[in-house]
Amino acid sequence: MMKERKEKGLPHYGRRFLFLGLGFILVFLGSFLLGRYAVSMSTTLRILSSWLLEKLSFGALDMAGSWTELEEAVVLNIRLPRILCAALVGAALSAAGASYQGMFRNPMVSPDLMGASTGAGFGASLAILLGMSYFGIMVTAFCFGLGAVLLAWLVSRFSRLNATLALVLAGVMISSLFSACTSFVKLVADTQEQLPAITYWLMGSLSSVKGKDTAFAAIPILLGLIPLLLLRWRMNLLTVSEAEARSMGLNTGRLRLAVILCATLVTAASVAVSGMIGWVGLVIPHFCRMLFGYDYRRLVPASILMGGAFLMLVDDIARVITTSELPLGILTSFVGAPVFLYLIVQGGAEREH
Amino acid sequence: MSIEARNLIFSYGGTDVLKDLSFSAEAGELVAVLGPNGVGKSTLFGCLLGFLRPRTGEVLAEGKPIRGMSPRELASLIAYIPQYAPQTFNYTVLDLVTMGMTNQIPLFSSPKPEHRQKAMAALESLGIAHLADRGSGSISGGERQLALLARALVQDARVLIMDEPTANLDYGNSFRVMQRVQELGAGGYTVIFSTHEPNQAFRYATRVLALLDGGVLADGPPDTALTEELLRRLYGVGVAVCSAEVEGESFRLSIPYEKGGKPK
Repeated sequence: MMKERKEKGLPHYGRRFLFLGLGFILVFLGSFLLGRYAVSMSTTLRILSSWLLEKLSFGALDMAGSWTELEEAVVLNIRLPRILCAALVGAALSAAGASYQGMFRNPMVSPDLMGASTGAGFGASLAILLGMSYFGIMVTAFCFGLGAVLLAWLVSRFSRLNATLALVLAGVMISSLFSACTSFVKLVADTQEQLPAITYWLMGSLSSVKGKDTAFAAIPILLGLIPLLLLRWRMNLLTVSEAEARSMGLNTGRLRLAVILCATLVTAASVAVSGMIGWVGLVIPHFCRMLFGYDYRRLVPASILMGGAFLMLVDDIARVITTSELPLGILTSFVGAPVFLYLIVQGGAEREH
Repeated sequence: MSIEARNLIFSYGGTDVLKDLSFSAEAGELVAVLGPNGVGKSTLFGCLLGFLRPRTGEVLAEGKPIRGMSPRELASLIAYIPQYAPQTFNYTVLDLVTMGMTNQIPLFSSPKPEHRQKAMAALESLGIAHLADRGSGSISGGERQLALLARALVQDARVLIMDEPTANLDYGNSFRVMQRVQELGAGGYTVIFSTHEPNQAFRYATRVLALLDGGVLADGPPDTALTEELLRRLYGVGVAVCSAEVEGESFRLSIPYEKGGKPK
């Protein structure tokens, strides 16, 4: 009797994954239809598939198209990089959030905890102050994001406190140090151009993303997400106490380091390309737990799909809602927080019986 | 000898917590570790589990020194059941138990149906199979303790180390958990548990290890080792030990008291 119930339980999650996957694809394709220059769905699909075929065959197959050059430029050079970037950043932030939450045994943790975002934020502000190009800003932000977490990790290594506690405390301190540095940069920045640029960058946006930027961010994001996906069952063990995990045969130090490394890599890369986008890493994992349970085996892939779809959707809204684009950091909270509040109330009601 | 501690000396910042402590336990033994707060029970457990490294001395599991063993190898010899503590993440009981097979599941892999079956079998053997799909945060403390016991069983270790298994449990749940623990001892496991309640040692243990000042004050069967004098020295209060007979079986009990110390 027990087994029947178990086997019925599995396709249940399978169906939810199917819906989530379909939703992801729909949002991805739907995002191409939005924008000032109208390109029909069928043209978009044809442009995309011919591009994909050409890439896969290394240029051997070059299908001549029945579309204009302008249409191709809009789809491939403007919309595709931006939509892919939104999907990558959303996936990265929510997977990193889910990982950090488990590791610190605290569902209120976001990927910013260890200083990756504030470090990257400072790097970007500094780069803007020094008048670097957009690509330069991105690289500097990425390096500072990684550096901040590395610093926090090194400090925690020398601490005599419990490993997790030391990491949190060091992360919070490094993080506040870097946000103070950012404030200082803002103070000394030129108020006509640099200060607004820094402020706007810190609020998060994908409006100036080019193909090159997406490619640059994609490498560290994929390098981080793949190990997280492979280690996803093991990550469950990080949610129990250190002593328990070790007694079950886990090399906790090594796994924690691997997860920190991957989560930091993807966070720093996301913040570098998109600026500070809060909320996604904190709340998407919660939605996923409500739908897919606590097991990281399902939580990691679900967070990746849902985070990606969510940020594509929010970026669509940012593109459409006003002529001067709204920063994503503001929109994610506007869209997500009310839904989450509703779910808290609903979820609470469900648990009663 | 399934587990043995030889001449353990352990110090925290200059103070010796364990001073030349030795003891060993065999399969089928249920060892109750008694001693006042701060006597080094947790330190001893930490050494037995390989979390803490003694300054001198060594711990042997199945005759092999545990120093230098990989966590995976150690996990297949010794399992640890922590005190009941509230949980942040509400895993299902089955998922919780499956985690105990970390030492049998390759690094990049996930549990297979045979692992789930093994977890179910462990739950069945402890009489809590009906809880498999329940959230481990929404069951009773006693049930959760049994789930943690199941998690230790699927680890396939023959030595179980339990840190105050009945802390925070009510009277009935304590009894139910300890009955299962007793069955495991009878089934050939070596169980070492710490407790603050001498009556638990009388009731369930086959052996008592009384610790005081970083050393072993007494080591033997509870009925002979746990004397009034020993309990008084351990806890610094007067203790009377008496016997009671229930359905033809004789039980020993300890009762703390102070001479002339009746409340006024």
